[in-house]
Amino acid sequence: MRIAVDIEKTLRDASREFHLRMRFESDADVTVLYGESGAGKSLTMLAIAGLLRPDKGSIAVSDRMLFDSAHRIDVRARHRRIGLVFQDYALFPHLTVVQNIAFAQNRGWFNRGSVDADARAVMASMQLDALADAYPSDLSGGQRQRVALARALASRPQLLLLDEPFSALDSELRGRLRDELIQTQRSAGIPMIVITHNADDVAAFGGKVVRVRDGRVAD
Amino acid sequence: MLSDAIVPLLLTLKVASLATLLASIVGIALGKLLGRRRTFTRDVAESLLTLPLVLPPTVLGYYLLVVLGQNGVIGTWLTSWFGISLIFTWQGAVVAAAVAAFPLILRAARASFSDVDAQLENAARSLGASETEVFFRVTLPLAWRGILAGALLAFARAMGEFGATLMVAGSLPGRTQTLSLAIYDAVMAGDDARAASMVIISLITAVVLLIVAAQLLQRRRHA
Repeated sequence: MRIAVDIEKTLRDASREFHLRMRFESDADVTVLYGESGAGKSLTMLAIAGLLRPDKGSIAVSDRMLFDSAHRIDVRARHRRIGLVFQDYALFPHLTVVQNIAFAQNRGWFNRGSVDADARAVMASMQLDALADAYPSDLSGGQRQRVALARALASRPQLLLLDEPFSALDSELRGRLRDELIQTQRSAGIPMIVITHNADDVAAFGGKVVRVRDGRVAD
Repeated sequence: MLSDAIVPLLLTLKVASLATLLASIVGIALGKLLGRRRTFTRDVAESLLTLPLVLPPTVLGYYLLVVLGQNGVIGTWLTSWFGISLIFTWQGAVVAAAVAAFPLILRAARASFSDVDAQLENAARSLGASETEVFFRVTLPLAWRGILAGALLAFARAMGEFGATLMVAGSLPGRTQTLSLAIYDAVMAGDDARAASMVIISLITAVVLLIVAAQLLQRRRHA
């Protein structure tokens, strides 16, 4: 699977201006965006997911054009089939673990608790069965991270994006969940882009590393 | 004594409930439409929509008569299409109370919607939810407590509506005479005992509503 990103975006607020000029390609199973916080990694992730519209450029995932300013292509976020794991997990606080995981399966105006077989398998493989009826506020950091990953996987994405997935965890748990994530990625066979500012993460994930500095790819 | 108050009380509860329902639908929709981004235009729009709350109720009643009356834009339309007129009816009282109370819901709804973490709405979009699904499955469930508190205040405001209701619906005992109108009527007629019993009922209802609203807001802050 090939991911090709070539985008520009200028963000302004009262005090400063930030220019994002990201250009990278990868066909690795795991692509790591590595750089300090504020370098533009998260903005890049939002752009790939369709939650931030670049000023110009293009984004393609496995030959499917998701955004192309020249041809006025801008696939909506909900049609991009990109699973997101946010830095703070963004679990729905009013829904139980099972409702969070089943969110993508259930269509319509109401949140239901029914889960299809795929989502159930994801939940079992991540050892979340016992927590099915718990609310996010009852979970530990590691459990929240797992639920967020399970929720993203249950939407059957073609690409997973993880923003600093371990930053809220202590170092021991970080190592364990990192190994778990690598295992999950291999068994699910879904390529992923991981954002991190942690050098240990870069070493553990291997794959393609894209260094980001001041909104650009540093060579 | 209390039996005198039953008819106006039931009418008041009916009028205030329907007015709150009507105001909730309009207020929530407009609150969502105004959105979380604060721009000059949107803030001006919110201020204009808040006018019914700050205008003298008689001014509001005057404008409602202009719009709903025999020669008004909506009045003419209602008469020619449905053969109905809202003037001097309890339905007219519902409209008057709804217009007077809806800014309370609008402001509560806009504030509550803005308090919802935008990241959660983005997460829902990335999981394939349409904007309607995002609203009904994430935004509204997370904002309902604040909206409900606003709706309770709106209900209290609707129950106490006097000026606009009097001008649009009149004060016809048993038909459009709500509690606050009946109290005025009783006082003017020198029937102090009847007035006092209705005043106490009004007071109790208002206090209960304020306590419930405060409880809801309190819990929202801890959530």
